[in-house]
Amino acid sequence: MIILIAVLVLGFIAGSFGLLLGFAAIRYRVEGNPLVDQIDALLPQTQCGQCGYAGCRPYAEAIANGEAPINQCPPGGEQVIVALADLLGVEPEPLNEEHGEHKAVPMVAVIDENTCIGCTLCIQACPVDAILGAAKHMHTVIADECTGCELCIPPCPVDCITMEPLKQTLDDWKWEPPPLPGESFDDDDDEAPAHA
Amino acid sequence: MPDGSRSTLPFHLHRFHGGLHLEDHKQESATRPLQTASLPGQLILRLKQHIGEPNEPRVAVGDRVLRGQKIADTPERVAAPLHAPSSGTVVAIEDRPVAHPSGKSDRCIVIEPDGLDEAIAFEPPDLERCSREDLLRLIREAGIVGLGGAVFPTAAKAETAAAHPIQTLIINGAECEPWITCDDLLMRSRPEAVIAGIRHLQRILEPAQTLIGIEDNKPEAIAAMQQALDEAALTDTRLVPIPTVYPSGGEKQLIKILTGHEVKSRHLAFEIGLLCQNVGTCAAISDALDRGQPLTHRIVTVTGTGVREPGNWVVPLGTPFEHLVELAGGFSVERPEPIMGGPMMGFEVRLDAGLVKAGNCLLILNRDHRPEEHECVRCGRCTDVCPAQLLPQQLYWYGRARQFDKAEEYHLFDCIECGCCAAVCPSHLPLVQLYRYAKSEIREQQRKSWKSDRARKRHEFREARIARQKAEEEERRRKKREALAKKKSTPAARPETELDPVQAALERVKARKAAQQVAPKNTDNLTPAQRRQIEEAEARRRKLKQGPDS
Ligand code: SF4
Ligand code: SF4
Ligand code: SF4
Repeated sequence: MIILIAVLVLGFIAGSFGLLLGFAAIRYRVEGNPLVDQIDALLPQTQCGQCGYAGCRPYAEAIANGEAPINQCPPGGEQVIVALADLLGVEPEPLNEEHGEHKAVPMVAVIDENTCIGCTLCIQACPVDAILGAAKHMHTVIADECTGCELCIPPCPVDCITMEPLKQTLDDWKWEPPPLPGESFDDDDDEAPAHA
Repeated sequence: MPDGSRSTLPFHLHRFHGGLHLEDHKQESATRPLQTASLPGQLILRLKQHIGEPNEPRVAVGDRVLRGQKIADTPERVAAPLHAPSSGTVVAIEDRPVAHPSGKSDRCIVIEPDGLDEAIAFEPPDLERCSREDLLRLIREAGIVGLGGAVFPTAAKAETAAAHPIQTLIINGAECEPWITCDDLLMRSRPEAVIAGIRHLQRILEPAQTLIGIEDNKPEAIAAMQQALDEAALTDTRLVPIPTVYPSGGEKQLIKILTGHEVKSRHLAFEIGLLCQNVGTCAAISDALDRGQPLTHRIVTVTGTGVREPGNWVVPLGTPFEHLVELAGGFSVERPEPIMGGPMMGFEVRLDAGLVKAGNCLLILNRDHRPEEHECVRCGRCTDVCPAQLLPQQLYWYGRARQFDKAEEYHLFDCIECGCCAAVCPSHLPLVQLYRYAKSEIREQQRKSWKSDRARKRHEFREARIARQKAEEEERRRKKREALAKKKSTPAARPETELDPVQAALERVKARKAAQQVAPKNTDNLTPAQRRQIEEAEARRRKLKQGPDS
């Protein structure tokens, strides 16, 4: 008897939770394609097109539809591939270098202001509106907004745009991993002795 | 609430979790009187000596500066200007090695003192007529930051706190780390300045009570402070000697000891009506408001097994650490290890770096062999001593597995890096270094995702704009086509209002030019730093325009 009651009570609880969840799923349905959003959130948003798509979101859509492998984004590099593999439950693969090399240091575009003729071509190329200027006036890159996509370089008729490493401040500096027993970190160069 | 007579009543102290009884090594430096440091050959002043926005130089190479003259500042709120600590010539504004755990360089103003130590005319403000805002502005202008080591701009902290009702103002004179005695010497030699600073803070914050916490291993400081307190007759202010347990000087620990309150994870003290200030900061506030003097010097303990004559000195900011070693009689060991701060929370510095506002102590130890680390034996001692009530062992496993999100779930960011766990670890694991490493990795992830979110928004905005422009263009074309079709069907009916064709073409060109002028400016929602960049670019642009081709 007790067992029967227990089964009934548990059954009832399970049933009501099922109804509740079902209701919640309908009532609070997420609009759009959440998988694309999740993938897009992992991509670096450089918007460089090296993956072969028009930007990060189109690439995210292609991955979500199973049309593209996850190893085509050079700016994201290994970190993004691992995160994508994690999300999608697949094995990570090495970056497909045909799409470009991963650069360890973040780069930004710099316009040589003495050479710039103010043609506005780079403004039209920049996917994130990081270039500032007006017709026939010298242009300037807002370093904070530049994603380092290099799309502005080919259109420039006077070749005045170069890519330079983003200047790091000491606030961005990272502590080295300390030596630990057993297996040690591979990127363990001892340039700054840290003190506990 | 009753007034000063309260101080004779017993005070109920609370205990924080964990902590350690350490050999305090205070005698080495505390037995000598406070001395004044001689001027070094060069003062190397890092432009940014505080937490917050960076400063920009307000002087140029070649300028002669006077003591107390402002040499760097920024219009940002969370920042503190920098002042010349002595008279002399600005010989360089360049990257120099700075007092930072990276050992890397950063922008510094280098002053060659002329030895005259001429000062600007200090004008004490008319305090009677100062509003709370005036006082805060004066504190900011004097370049005052938290001198306990956090170097958060004091005016910004007090301003944020003043927006909340502050129940208790807590003055931190605990100085719990071994070897360091600069606050002890300050309280013994200038207690009245500390008390005067407290009075100013009370005027700004209007707390119901003020508690001054001092560890009971500093009887002379306690006596001097009590006497100054009695003389000043501050109401509802009480000096509380607290037991010597490391880290009683941690903000959350001191709050717990004195009030029994626990500041929750990711919360700040003022949210529950509390505000902490260090005694050194109080003295600096008094210097600024009672004498009109900005922060240009600080007391530094130079001590350790590695120097001959440990002691405390009043040192101009920017003094290279090697000069401090000389003041203390030079090295007494072959392989010295210079540390800024204490043995528990300090970090190794280069000797050619200049003193910063955070530099309370230069500790010289003998660089001995660190005991070899072994694998964690899961003894749990770290958990027993952790004053932040964390699970250091879990943090260790997640940190070394690079599972940083897990480490965060275990409240990694509540770790105050006090080093208690590492001090008791029988396997000698470098726990604090691992936590610092994990924290900086997480912070970088956050910066990256912040940046990519911004890039995504800007990209989406641009796509939307292009789509809109296309639609508008399409619309214009359609209208034109329609108009043309109409015209063809009724060729005779020319509207009278139409301009003559040449005029119309000119108008069109003008309109297009105007549109081009404004279209490409992406200047909405910029940060102040970006706005500055843009202004600089505009300035350069103007200069170029004035060039030969204009
Ligand atoms: S390759 Fe470039 S455009 Fe493609 S996903 Fe990576 S950052 Fe985005
Ligand atoms: S400025 Fe150049 S490199 Fe930077 S985001 Fe724009 S187009 Fe890409
Ligand atoms: S260093 Fe961090 S984890 Fe270790 S005892 Fe101190 S607060 Fe706890």
